[in-house]
Amino acid sequence: MAVNQKIMPKKMKKKDNIAYLFVLPFVIVFLIFNVYPVLRTLYLSFMNYQGYGIPKFLGIENYTRVFKDKFFWRALLNTIKIWGVNIVVQLGLAYLLTIIFSDIKYKLRGLSIFRAMFYLPNLIAATSVSFLFKTLLDWKYGTINQMLMAAHLTNSPINWLGSPHSAPYVISIISAWMWFGNSFIILMAGVQGIPKDYFEAAAIDGAGKWKVFSKITLPLIRPITLYVFITSLIGGLQMFDLPFLMADGGTAGNPSGSLQTVVMYLYKFGFQTYQVGFASAIAYTLFGIILVVSILQFKILGSKED
Amino acid sequence: MFVKAKRCILYGLLIILSVACLFPFLLMMVNATRSGVEITKSFTLFPGNSLQENWKIVSDYFNLFLGFANSLKVAVPATVLTAYFSAITAYAMAIYNFKGNKALFTVIVVFMMIPGQLGLIGFYNLCTKLHLVDSYLPLIIPAIAAPGIVFFLRQYVKAVLSKSLLEAARIDGASEIRIFHKIVLPIMAPGIATMSIGSFIGNWNNYLTPLVLLNTPRKFTLPVMIASLNSSTDMQANQGAIYLAVAISVIPILIVFCFCSKYIISSISAGGVKE
Repeated sequence: MAVNQKIMPKKMKKKDNIAYLFVLPFVIVFLIFNVYPVLRTLYLSFMNYQGYGIPKFLGIENYTRVFKDKFFWRALLNTIKIWGVNIVVQLGLAYLLTIIFSDIKYKLRGLSIFRAMFYLPNLIAATSVSFLFKTLLDWKYGTINQMLMAAHLTNSPINWLGSPHSAPYVISIISAWMWFGNSFIILMAGVQGIPKDYFEAAAIDGAGKWKVFSKITLPLIRPITLYVFITSLIGGLQMFDLPFLMADGGTAGNPSGSLQTVVMYLYKFGFQTYQVGFASAIAYTLFGIILVVSILQFKILGSKED
Repeated sequence: MFVKAKRCILYGLLIILSVACLFPFLLMMVNATRSGVEITKSFTLFPGNSLQENWKIVSDYFNLFLGFANSLKVAVPATVLTAYFSAITAYAMAIYNFKGNKALFTVIVVFMMIPGQLGLIGFYNLCTKLHLVDSYLPLIIPAIAAPGIVFFLRQYVKAVLSKSLLEAARIDGASEIRIFHKIVLPIMAPGIATMSIGSFIGNWNNYLTPLVLLNTPRKFTLPVMIASLNSSTDMQANQGAIYLAVAISVIPILIVFCFCSKYIISSISAGGVKE
């Protein structure tokens, strides 16, 4: 025994050293492809750089340009509008479904089948979804307008994607369609994690459905709601595929620029007109905004703990 | 009685929502078999007989199977790399005591919060310098470092692996790397599989990174290829062909989903309850 104890620490140390080898590939690739690009973007955001040659130092000029650029703010507003309407519909549906399925009075069956169907749209590449809906929503010949007219819901075809008053909301609804199943699955996983006794005790006490939901379910799934909300925010403010492919004129985001999102604007400068320094400043400004909103959300949703 | 009626209403609601999720795909499949003229005239739920004609227009414009092969060439190695290196990193972080373990964990958590677009320009800039533009390597190699998956698997190893098993193997004289391969990997397999499905789908559907990196149409992955529909006047003139192209890109995923939906959904649930 005594011998063993003497050997153990030395052995432990030797054994632990192998960990450096195990994490080494991750660390190297992480430094090169995750950390470096983020820092390089930060560096370029202070430079005048056209994509070739040596970057020239500009100071904060790119940032002042971003702040004064009304098209950047329009793009941000568009993005928030598209994401905002989407999150209301998406979380609304997800909550409704969570309430329905967690209600022990109805004991609805088929959760796993419904869950699978609701999740399906999320699995399809946004590029395919874009073309599917772009074609279905075609103004003159789209199947959706044909159906609406056949049902006498409208007399003339609706130009869904051609008007700045409808196009952003069409994108919102399609995003919500793609993501409500995902949110529902995560929220439901949270609800299933709540011990059954809580609900049974509440039922015995004669608590109503709303009381159970607002006093038990809602407070207990608040951290998960926060998670869904913040991941949706981080993803939503980076929205690119759907509006880029469904808008007219690519990064211009027509009709009337109403579909131009921040990342489309960034893409335009970073990869089309090669004002790389300016595009980097857009990236960091957007990051700053996401950071501030996330922290505010944490404060608002997270601190109401009791 | 009242409860029963309400239950019917709720089922009705669920069915309407399910239809809303599936109906666009049904229309897609029906329209893929109809001619452009038929589609512009009216809608129907019965298939037409222009599938071959539409296929000819699609195959004249691009080779979707090449797009498939390209997407596989990217998504499969990327997923394998993510699975193996995330597992070994997560295992090392969960089991061994080494300097920098805590710091590494902090950096991983920070990078999970950082939006992907933040590094995009620097990433492209790096690839230009390394002469990796228009190559698959920058789409594959970075998969070695997947912070979110390491984070998840680290919790997972801690939950499922018993240290006494490792001690027993050590007493038997197994080397650390052998222990990882022979004992730890099989135990971690369900967690790794769950994460791999998510990472495969993410790689398969990724659009922005290949769009930025790939220039040669022959190298386009499926999403980039589908997106090039926008610039084809032949295709735009015939909606049946567009539906068919989209259907071809969607149907394999639908088939995979029929078999793996359970695993896919458990990978989503896992993401939410990792705290």
